[in-house]
Amino acid sequence: MAESVAGSSADHSPDPSRRDFIHIAAIAAAAGGVAAVAWPFIDQMNPSSDTLALSSIEYDVSKVPLGQQVTVLYRKQPLFVRHRTPAEIAKAVADDHADLRDPATDASRVKPGKSEWLILIGVCTHLGCTPTFGGGEWGGWFCPCHGSQYDTSGRIRKGPAPKNLAVPDYVFETGTKIKVG
Amino acid sequence: MSGPSSYEPKTAFERWLDARLPILRFNAELMEYPTPKNLNYWWTFGGILAMCLGIQIVTGIILAMHYIPSGDGAFNSVQHIMRDVNYGWLIRYIHANGAAMFFLAVYIHIFRGIYYGSYKAPREVLWLIGATIYLVMVATAFFGYVLPWGQMSFWAAKVITNLFGAIPVIGPGLATWLWGGFTVDAPTLNRFYSLHYLLPFIIAGLVGLHIWALHVPGNNNPTGVNVKSQSDTVPFHPYYTVKDAFGASVFVILFAIFVFYMPEAMGHVDNNIPANPLATPAHIVPEWYLLPYYAILRAVPDKLLGVIAMATAIGCIFALPWLDTSRVRSMRYRPQAKIYFFIFIADCFLLGLCGAHEPDEPFIHGLTSFQLLDGDFTSYLWVSRIAAAYYFLYFLVITPILGLRETPLPAPESISTPVLSHPAAAPTGAVAAPEKKG
Amino acid sequence: MLRKLLALAGLFALVSVPAFGETTQAPLKEPSWSFSGPFGMYDQGQLQRGFKVYTEVCSQCHSLNLIQFHNLGDPGGPFYNAKYPNPNENPVVKAVAAGWARQVPDIDSDTGDAIHRPATTADVPTPPFPNEPAARASNGGALPPDMSLLVAAREGGPNYVYSLVTGYAPTPAGIKNPPPGKYYNPVFQGDLSSQWSGDPDKVPVGGFIGMPPPLTNCKVTFDDGTPCTVDQEAKDVAAFLTWASDPHMDQRKQTGAAVLIYLGLFSLLLYGSYRAIWKNVAH
Repeated sequence: MAESVAGSSADHSPDPSRRDFIHIAAIAAAAGGVAAVAWPFIDQMNPSSDTLALSSIEYDVSKVPLGQQVTVLYRKQPLFVRHRTPAEIAKAVADDHADLRDPATDASRVKPGKSEWLILIGVCTHLGCTPTFGGGEWGGWFCPCHGSQYDTSGRIRKGPAPKNLAVPDYVFETGTKIKVG
Repeated sequence: MSGPSSYEPKTAFERWLDARLPILRFNAELMEYPTPKNLNYWWTFGGILAMCLGIQIVTGIILAMHYIPSGDGAFNSVQHIMRDVNYGWLIRYIHANGAAMFFLAVYIHIFRGIYYGSYKAPREVLWLIGATIYLVMVATAFFGYVLPWGQMSFWAAKVITNLFGAIPVIGPGLATWLWGGFTVDAPTLNRFYSLHYLLPFIIAGLVGLHIWALHVPGNNNPTGVNVKSQSDTVPFHPYYTVKDAFGASVFVILFAIFVFYMPEAMGHVDNNIPANPLATPAHIVPEWYLLPYYAILRAVPDKLLGVIAMATAIGCIFALPWLDTSRVRSMRYRPQAKIYFFIFIADCFLLGLCGAHEPDEPFIHGLTSFQLLDGDFTSYLWVSRIAAAYYFLYFLVITPILGLRETPLPAPESISTPVLSHPAAAPTGAVAAPEKKG
Repeated sequence: MLRKLLALAGLFALVSVPAFGETTQAPLKEPSWSFSGPFGMYDQGQLQRGFKVYTEVCSQCHSLNLIQFHNLGDPGGPFYNAKYPNPNENPVVKAVAAGWARQVPDIDSDTGDAIHRPATTADVPTPPFPNEPAARASNGGALPPDMSLLVAAREGGPNYVYSLVTGYAPTPAGIKNPPPGKYYNPVFQGDLSSQWSGDPDKVPVGGFIGMPPPLTNCKVTFDDGTPCTVDQEAKDVAAFLTWASDPHMDQRKQTGAAVLIYLGLFSLLLYGSYRAIWKNVAH
């Protein structure tokens, strides 16, 4: 056959169909459709609504005796509710301007007028173990996994952890009831 | 695999890759693959099926992130997906209705193959691989339907696994082995889940072989006449990529109507009740795409013979290339075969209708006639028997005899010679109009 | 010819044919629902009234184990408020949870004793019976089904629920030995042919259900002033239970409209592309 036909794209003249608007429009619509379809497939991996229902808890802190800590389950992780003694608070405030790896004042980590209550996420900021209460040189917490030590404000003082124990979002709804998350 | 293409690596990277894994070359061969230019829309269903497989795999993998395959957790995990998982309802409805759409497409694809003689030499292996894909699809769908662990899931599993118990000698042991217990229970569910996850990837491998087996002889076409020259074909891209995309888009419109407006229409209300081994539903029915086999099974009064009849029904599909004696491929030129084929399609629908009803129900509401053997003659039981008889007659008697006895119409010389229903806008000759420009 | 046959056949395939058995049922009433059809949506006022009927009447015997209280505040739900996209902060939802009469069985975290505590938005309404045998023992051997999927699990959905609770009728005269503690309802699937002493061609439809007629006029009073007839209570609770079976229906239909419009336009574009590509090929 004289005509160069199907299969030999070598001597196809530049295909004007590539420049036709209709093809550009169709491809653009396809791309938009793909993006719109992709969103549900990505969003389904986000926490589902029953998980989010457990995303906040309420707790009555008056249950915690002075000088002790209660660990509560919050978002499936430990939450430390520590009732600090005046001595512990004083020690924490005294170190406000010490050489801290992650500088923070004690006041910034508690609610005004409620500095006896220290609420922290009980997950070591190094690799995620749960620190033990009261250990270490500063009497705050000691992480048994790799030896990180936190003071009585939950700030990192020694060991490999890079940041202080995290303070979650919480409010005092009444004098003794906190809502976390 | 698909023949030489005009691919020339253009950049240094392309040359480097081409020398190590010529995947771009392979892609170019697929894109340039010479395809008969007269394919009609029935030929878009192959691409649609590939799309359906992709949709089922993607939605299935996502569902597997949330589904709990235990007797206690399965039903509630499906409800968790429907209610709590973001867009879970959408993904689940796509998957469930996608299975039905997958079967709709595969039946159209099979009927196309029968009508146009695509199973005939030299495409027998292509046909056998296709029949195998269909069989694995049936197994996958059966396992998948059990997973929500509703009433229908449980009792369908019970009925079908009990059928294996009908096999002589090894039957009861085989059933126990399949169940992992004394009946359908949590172990059965877990293994069905594993197999349901596995089989689609087997299907994907078979689809690769299916396309390979297609590309060796090349596509059939509506005339059934072989491709004689390059003027009979066009490159697959862009001609059939765009046509398949359009066909798929229309197919997805039907799919979307089900997913968004009638998502439970093809299901059964009883599957919204958690499985209860102590309460048998009034009517156990499989999904619509398995109803014809259910009708054939129940048409035979003996349990083992019923199973054999059901297996033979699928076996006929496999045997078709050797049952058909016609020297003409396409039923376009076989007017008698065409009629029997249309009756066959109607018969498949009738068998499906029979599968949906109880055998002792009257076919016409309120109408009863005389008792013949074990059932009223105008009950669904006898209608199923007549319909099943035609099904087997069609494959085992009509098809072989017709090929020898009928006088076909003259088939055209080549693809390009028949009167063209879509003449080229810029004709350059009486015969093939070369398509240099899109 | 092929096309016509296949179109006809396509219709067949889409019709879901109900399978008949020996049980009979009176034809269902078909009231109009705000949520029927492709553009129908739930009526939030109706869902609130229906929830009140559930709370004050049905929940005495029927559990709702798949609905957590926060679902009531989800979009499309009875107490959804756009000001509170997180339903766990919706004050109405929190009040409903905390005020649920049956408190949640729990364990005191300090002493380990079994206690009851007020429900939170993460809980489901505490079921009336702790387990199935207890439920059956309190209901003459019958198990009041959980209502979370009841509408989806019955042919006719809301029409069934509405027809059932408004369909109670006096026991027909020819029934010998009506079962004690059960109530005749023509809408409840049953087979009375063996208990019927009258004309065998006129066996009454329906059966005996373990539930006594649950609704009376103004058993529940509606806060929005809607007249509290049995008919209204039945309609509202049927609508609420439809929501419980299908809480995302509104979102589903709205997304469907957008998807179908997009697909229609996309198909047109693809068709145009197809015609342009094939223009110069005779086929």
